Amino acid sequence: MKALVVDDSRAMRKIIAGALRKLGYETVEAADGAEALKVLESGPLPDLATVDWNMPVMDGLTFVTQVRANRDYRALTLMMVTTEAEHGQIVRALAAGAHEYLIKPFTVESLEEKLSLLGLLPEGAQA
Amino acid sequence: MALTTTAFDWVCTLVRKESAIVLEKGKEYLVESRLVPLARAAGASDVSAYVDGIRLRPDRRAQTAIVEALTTNETSWFRDGAPFQAFSTSVVPTLKQARAATRSLRIWSAASSTGQEAYSLAISLQDSLIAEGWRAEIIGTDLSSEVLEKAKAGRYSQLDMNRGLPAPMLVRHFTRVGTQWQVNDDIKRMVRFQQLNLTSSYAALGQFDVVFLRNVLIYFDLETKRDILSRVRKVLKPGGYMFLGGAETTLGVDENWDRELIGRVSVHRPKNGGQA
Repeated sequence: MKALVVDDSRAMRKIIAGALRKLGYETVEAADGAEALKVLESGPLPDLATVDWNMPVMDGLTFVTQVRANRDYRALTLMMVTTEAEHGQIVRALAAGAHEYLIKPFTVESLEEKLSLLGLLPEGAQA
Repeated sequence: MALTTTAFDWVCTLVRKESAIVLEKGKEYLVESRLVPLARAAGASDVSAYVDGIRLRPDRRAQTAIVEALTTNETSWFRDGAPFQAFSTSVVPTLKQARAATRSLRIWSAASSTGQEAYSLAISLQDSLIAEGWRAEIIGTDLSSEVLEKAKAGRYSQLDMNRGLPAPMLVRHFTRVGTQWQVNDDIKRMVRFQQLNLTSSYAALGQFDVVFLRNVLIYFDLETKRDILSRVRKVLKPGGYMFLGGAETTLGVDENWDRELIGRVSVHRPKNGGQA
């Protein structure tokens, strides 16, 4: 399985991508929404994108909205991974088309449990 | 300093006596890591010194704190996923037919810890039963009064909320209060918590349609497991179900259960319909 990790913090990308690789994912990284859209355009489509909210150039909510507007990306599962933790923000992200929402800081176990909920925990990995 | 053998043995005996939970050799690290906060709070130089202090000058409150620190389990929402799926897609529909006359279900979360299992069950039932006018009561019990206080409050940290709760359920059933999340009243009203040692009588609990007895038998010795399973059979209504943890079984412990496979989950039902 393949995951796109979208976050403007290099350290955070490293943490998320590292955890996903341990679970068996191949990972590719992008520093903002616009860069992430370019990754998608260059294909092949990943199974999962983890998306930060606050990023320069294009924020995560805009990225989610644009991905959901493109039928070619229907098979891509979107999970927000962000410090934004207000009730209304989670509602907005889900309404825009995010499938799950993980709030920073998070543990590796909680990331695995979210993937398990999404049916995206690779075979053999433990939730 | 590492935990001394004397301190470890004394803690094992205390926990065994108070909860019937067996801490075997090799669990020294667990004991030490769980008791460090208590030792620090008491101003002891290390865990061994803390335990020795209580051992030599018995203190009931401190002993209870030690037992609670060692019997509290980590928990998450809809833990392990598949059992809750089996509950919603198979067990509840079957019970809906069987209990159509009373339109009421009672469920026991028998090691409820901080309440996530009990509230997860209430959330599961919200659409399938409550919306159709059924009544459901979920009783959560635990040995630890400390975790029960948290369960009763129904208020959880952000880290707790990240553990296995689907985001659509979070926004629907919880309200943010400061940095924490509060379970909404409609779910909270379905759940009641009380303290119970699984080795003591269940007579005051009443009868149940489903018992969740997950990830707790593993802590008991064979005789205690057998005793608990035989008494759980007696509180299950005819046609009722029991869920165990993924690593737990009735095989070789209490043979008076039939196992039924739902997806990849084994559910247990008393032989001959129950109430034996």
